[in-house]
Amino acid sequence: MVAFRPNSVGKAIKRREDPRLIRGLGTYTDDVKLPGMTYAAFVRSDFPAGAIRSIDTAAAADHPGVVAVYTYADMEGQVGPSPVGAEMPGMGKADHPLLADGRVLHVGQPVAVVVAETPYAARDAASLVEVDIEPREAVVDVEAAMAPDAPRVYEELDSNICIQVPVPNPEADKLFEQADQTLSMRLLNQRVAPFPMEGRAICAHWEDGPGKLTIWTSNQAPHFVKQQIAMCLRIPEIRIRAIAPEVGGGFGAKIPTYPEDPLLCWVSRKLRRPVKWSETRTENLLGMTHGRGHVEKIEVAFQNDGRVLALKGQTISELGAWRSFYGPFIALSTHTMSCGCYDIKAVAWETFAVYTNTMATEAYRGAGRPEAAYIIERVMDEVAAATGLDPVAVRRRNFVDKDAFPHTTASGAVYDSGDYEKTLDRMIELVGYDDAREAQRQARDDGRLVGIGVAAFTEVCGIGPSAGTAPHQRMGTWESATVRVEPSGNVTVYTGVSPHGQGQETAFAQMASDAFGVGIDDVVVVHGDTDQVQHGVGTFGSRGIAVGGAALHMALTKVHAKATRIAAHHLDAPVDQIDYEDGEFTVKGSERKLTFRQVAEMAHLWNVAVPGEEPGLEAVARFEPPGTTFPFGAHLCQVEVDPESGQIEIQRYVAVDDFGVVINPMLADGQRIGGVVQGIGQAMWEEVQYDDGGQLLSGTLMDYAVPRAKHFPRMVLDNTVTPTDVNPLGAKGIGELGTIGATPCVVNAIVDALRPLGITNIDMPAKPERVWQAIQAAASAQ
Amino acid sequence: MPGSVSVSITVNGNKHECAVEPRTLLVHFLREELDLTGVHIGCESTLCGACTVHLNGRAVKSCTVLAVQADGQEVTTIEGLAPDADNLHPLQVGFWEKHGLQCGYCTPGMIMAAKQLLDDNPNPTEAEIREAIDGNICRCTGYQQIVDAVLHAAEAAGAA
Repeated sequence: MVAFRPNSVGKAIKRREDPRLIRGLGTYTDDVKLPGMTYAAFVRSDFPAGAIRSIDTAAAADHPGVVAVYTYADMEGQVGPSPVGAEMPGMGKADHPLLADGRVLHVGQPVAVVVAETPYAARDAASLVEVDIEPREAVVDVEAAMAPDAPRVYEELDSNICIQVPVPNPEADKLFEQADQTLSMRLLNQRVAPFPMEGRAICAHWEDGPGKLTIWTSNQAPHFVKQQIAMCLRIPEIRIRAIAPEVGGGFGAKIPTYPEDPLLCWVSRKLRRPVKWSETRTENLLGMTHGRGHVEKIEVAFQNDGRVLALKGQTISELGAWRSFYGPFIALSTHTMSCGCYDIKAVAWETFAVYTNTMATEAYRGAGRPEAAYIIERVMDEVAAATGLDPVAVRRRNFVDKDAFPHTTASGAVYDSGDYEKTLDRMIELVGYDDAREAQRQARDDGRLVGIGVAAFTEVCGIGPSAGTAPHQRMGTWESATVRVEPSGNVTVYTGVSPHGQGQETAFAQMASDAFGVGIDDVVVVHGDTDQVQHGVGTFGSRGIAVGGAALHMALTKVHAKATRIAAHHLDAPVDQIDYEDGEFTVKGSERKLTFRQVAEMAHLWNVAVPGEEPGLEAVARFEPPGTTFPFGAHLCQVEVDPESGQIEIQRYVAVDDFGVVINPMLADGQRIGGVVQGIGQAMWEEVQYDDGGQLLSGTLMDYAVPRAKHFPRMVLDNTVTPTDVNPLGAKGIGELGTIGATPCVVNAIVDALRPLGITNIDMPAKPERVWQAIQAAASAQ
Repeated sequence: MPGSVSVSITVNGNKHECAVEPRTLLVHFLREELDLTGVHIGCESTLCGACTVHLNGRAVKSCTVLAVQADGQEVTTIEGLAPDADNLHPLQVGFWEKHGLQCGYCTPGMIMAAKQLLDDNPNPTEAEIREAIDGNICRCTGYQQIVDAVLHAAEAAGAA
């Protein structure tokens, strides 16, 4: 394995992406302008469940500026059903149409699409479409939906249960009998809105001359979009170009290809005109996939010394009204990651994914792992309370030992590397933990509700390998890179990942710069365009560096090896006599040398051809990870609760994480702080709410509370470095770490503040109203 | 255009005389008529700040201002903040230096809101910065590096 000299890797290099973005010169999908553009607006269901009696489009069609109005009847048999990814044998499944086909299954489901010459005309006309729906009883509560006599989302299915995966374990039963103590908890991981600042946006352009479809779509995995659109429209994928241009955030909700994507491609092909649509924020809250939505039941067997022996868990995941890309399978990783950082002997679990008449759920920054970390980290605090031990001591007692890696957990995960004590020690040192506890005692003596919460967590990152995910989804999870060296020695990198804020244009340029001794500005990184980039997979599952970067390392290594052979030929020396450093190839023990740029030029010129070598200097590589990576961290949060109002102040947040080798610490800090704030958002404020009848209550920013700047103190960050050998970079991945550590850390702090009142749990989000009610209930119980 | 009205709006120093529907929002006028697509739409309800521009030197959310309300006035957008890549505004430099952006979608509005703060208060505290950008949502950064970016800009402007 080649180790390139780290001149820029490891340094806080400013982003190459930023000069265009800070001047407002980036091109997001809605910024695309094409001659003859039309604009779409959707008519969406106002009812969560019902039969469509009639749709009257006449007034809309007559509206000035309207080009066309389409309903399911216009497209039946030509396009669809809605793209789905994951399947498994025995799952309850039904096709989901692009537009409602006689019945509606959730509020916000597209029923008709209006196409007009201007966006205003399209929206005006959409309001003129009359949809007559015979409502029927909706099923909204996920636990009620599991009852055999519950109303069914799909009448043609036997039940609302899409998947049920029991993993019984007799060893766990035995340990529960032997344990000193047991406890049980019911934990809610509420549904949240991913809320990227740019909502979904699509521009579809069918060109009849070349017979080619181009779709710009705000998406994290454009190669997958291309495959899905091909299947949906029944046209060869070689006639489709998918472009994810500048993408304004995704957080997992832009992995799927949505019904609107193929639908607008079909509209463009039918009209022979480009068509564009950008969702409104209310459409975003209604119709972009939601995250989380788990009900967890957990039983714990433990000893009086704090040692946790076994877990028995149940996860009920709200799937919503249809299967999105990976929706049904997210909950399975909650079981996989149930042991956290701890050496637990036995785990039994049962996982359900259940249909309800609500928007579909899908990956959201962490996707199943934040739920697992939330369970086990809440459990550790309750074990500490039950045994009278400090929460930090309980965690230390249960950690997997640093010499025990690779470690296979009782739930079947194979952890690559770890040193949980080291990271926790650093956090404790940074915080001054004993002093913080002493200050807390004094505050309590003064009658103040101050709480300190800790989370020591691990997660699974660097998704693949393909073998682990392929049974559930119609794609591999390898990644690709092409490195193309121009005759000048300048470099273009084509990557199959599709960054949308992560900064790989910079991180990958750092790697190429180090490999060849060229400047960072002499490297351009191309992504997010299926006509430019060799096949690829996308950006999700904290895989950009760990899998995409590893593919790039492979391609750089191939190119470097060829450049070395070319240099050896022209220096008239054997390859093994060539030294390389900082862009220069030198014959060992001599002054004879060639620069990388000279070699690049030679590689392209006819008169300096090397026997046995193809002209040019370029390589394609695909990296199939042999396993996943397991970053980890130790976080601490301090809060103070106002007993009069239930208002919570976050006074302190300290995060020490270990994500292996770091390419760019500035970008890593950005990912971590952003993730922690999203996690705190879920812990404190965010909640997608439906009423009992299935109407969305959180459809605007007045009703959905996104974290804002003044909610937070300055965070303190540090990291330790425990490399992985799963990839050649030693990097583990970082995108999802913050949301995974923060939710249990904050809730543990809040419960710690309230524990003197006899309160042992607060469900997220810990809104003042909920906290105040818990305080009142505790007071009246005493 | 039936029912249209004429407006004369000076945007980034250039006067534009156009006929618009009376209901045309300033953000749509800027994006669709003038191709100033650095002005982003995030919520259409004054709550996220992605569309923040300056109207006569004061920050406004252009999704809830009508183009006709800007008639005869001066608008500055992110595109008007620096003449070229070599002469960036201190806030643009600060955001670049301190990693004050990730996906970049909130950035133009965030910079224009921060400009209002620095125009009013050239040496803000961290708390004052957090208060001043409270009407602008960023979903990527967690705000800390945005705060650092504004502090950097304030220091650079103070040193100049």
